[in-house]
Amino acid sequence: MMEIRTPKTHKAKRVLEKRAPKLVENGKRTLILHGTKTSATLSSVLMELYRLKKGGAIKYSRRNENIRPFESGGETSLEFFSQKTDCSIFAYGSHTKKRPDNLVLGRMYDHHVYDLIEVGIENFKSLLSFSYDKKIAPHEGSKPFICFTGEGFENVPELKQLKEVLTDLFRGEVVDNLNLTGLDRAYICSAVSPTKVFLTHCAIKLKKSGTIVPRIELVEVGPSMDLVIRRNRLPNEGLRKEAMKSSKDKPKKKVKNVDQDDVLGKRGRIFIPEQEVGKTPLPDKSKGVKRERREGKLKKKNKEEGSASKKHKKSE
Amino acid sequence: MDTEMDQIYQIDVGNLLAFNPNHRFSSAPSSREELVKECVTEGTKLVQAIADTLFNFPSTESVDGPLVQLPPPTTKLPREKHLPRPKPPTKWEEFALKKGIQKRKKDKIVYDETTDKFKRRHGYDRVNDDNDIPIIEAKASDEPGEDPFAKRLDDKKKRVDKQQKNRLQNLKSAAKAGALPSHVQLAASALPITGTKAQPKKLGKEELGDVAGLAATSTASGGKFDKKLPGEKPPKKQGKHHKYLPVVPRYGWVDEEKEQTNKVLGKLLSKHSHEILNVGKAINMYNDKKEKKKSGRSDKLKPKKDITKKKPYANKAK
Repeated sequence: MMEIRTPKTHKAKRVLEKRAPKLVENGKRTLILHGTKTSATLSSVLMELYRLKKGGAIKYSRRNENIRPFESGGETSLEFFSQKTDCSIFAYGSHTKKRPDNLVLGRMYDHHVYDLIEVGIENFKSLLSFSYDKKIAPHEGSKPFICFTGEGFENVPELKQLKEVLTDLFRGEVVDNLNLTGLDRAYICSAVSPTKVFLTHCAIKLKKSGTIVPRIELVEVGPSMDLVIRRNRLPNEGLRKEAMKSSKDKPKKKVKNVDQDDVLGKRGRIFIPEQEVGKTPLPDKSKGVKRERREGKLKKKNKEEGSASKKHKKSE
Repeated sequence: MDTEMDQIYQIDVGNLLAFNPNHRFSSAPSSREELVKECVTEGTKLVQAIADTLFNFPSTESVDGPLVQLPPPTTKLPREKHLPRPKPPTKWEEFALKKGIQKRKKDKIVYDETTDKFKRRHGYDRVNDDNDIPIIEAKASDEPGEDPFAKRLDDKKKRVDKQQKNRLQNLKSAAKAGALPSHVQLAASALPITGTKAQPKKLGKEELGDVAGLAATSTASGGKFDKKLPGEKPPKKQGKHHKYLPVVPRYGWVDEEKEQTNKVLGKLLSKHSHEILNVGKAINMYNDKKEKKKSGRSDKLKPKKDITKKKPYANKAK
């Protein structure tokens, strides 16, 4: 027995429509959580990541014991949380003796794990330790510049994946119009070695230059850390192809037999098939025939009667 | 810095992304600050490159500042959810397609011929309201005892139920194709008990709280001494329920207490009292009692005394 359930309030309906799959998607939201044990550096990393992504991130404060992203059964909790909060990227931090200051960055497709990359954090400098002029502090939710330097990002497959994940993480919403005065932050990622990436967050100072384009000056404001690649999991080919599909991939079908003329406007060509007069199927008029016959009979009757009465009259 | 290096960066303006694939960091690590400085200067160059293209776009002035139209991003990133799937046509849509029926837009205001006014199609004071029909003329095909108004209501109910069923079928086929509309959920409701059509009624919150109180009335003390769980609601009417009728009757009212006792006496002393008393059973009980006395066994549970056995020290007293 099935029953149809629809939302009873407009707000609930709007929430459901926001979360539905669309052609053009909303910005990806990040879920930040941690495992059984965290160190001081790791908890501050997670807190600062949340602050950087305020407005597009959700931070869970309780510890989650049954999340093990790289094991086959340990992803169910993550997928459940992703479903509940509508988050497609997650940052899971944990601290063990074997993997100290461990951060797993992962992405979801249809609320199932798409790919994972595990990095270790070294040389972490919190944003509170940077001193700078407060006027240039970046505003919350502004669209950042993202810069990658180093040949490692092209040659090493793990760094390639990390580049993609970091782009997804820091990108925010895809916008059509941008306000040029609102550009105030930049993320700099440098592949220092084939296994290490230096990540830092800078504020932008625009200085006057002779041309329309101002001279850019970067001041380090935010957290800076070294990311050491540990493990990773690439998505399998079929899933990757499906996720990369976009609605604009298929070129628009050319409409046949229509052409635009400058003088006459839009012109179309119609092809009429040959009319085979003897072979066309006639409509089924059996019912109509019956009625016509009936009416015909009645008419005849009336005619006869009329003529009969007339005859009588004549005779009289 | 090697100036002969190929200084072409990969820039994606839509994402504000820049990538320099050609820079080589020295493998011998200089001090940390040097490395940081190097990274920041390289970053500055990249941001400058993006800003060059960005500030050269045609900008429109707005309240907050110059607005620029960003091109769509060029780096392909995976989607977060699948592409929306096309939903299969409903039964009506298939039929309409086959017959060539076009959709026609209906007006909100329709002309009513009975009262020469324009009335709305749906809602208060609408055209063709079922409740407004004063007289339904009898047709030759009508049965004599049938209420045509009730029949109309019944027909409407049937039509609505049929429509609901069709809607459910359409949604089921859409769900099968994975294209259920985002605001609709199909949920399995409770399964009926085999053999019956009725579904088991779900107890509400208040009803569940009263269940313990109901069970308590079956105890002799009316649930007064029952062990209560934490959080259990006190029963509605605690203790035994006795209704004591007033001894002195109200002026003008029947003496209910007297009536009660008279009723009982009447039943006992009436000429039909033998019908109340089961004479056969009474005789049997009397006879049983007599026999028990004879055999000397007053109680089944007491062990039977053996009179042949001699008691020790029976004749001690001398």
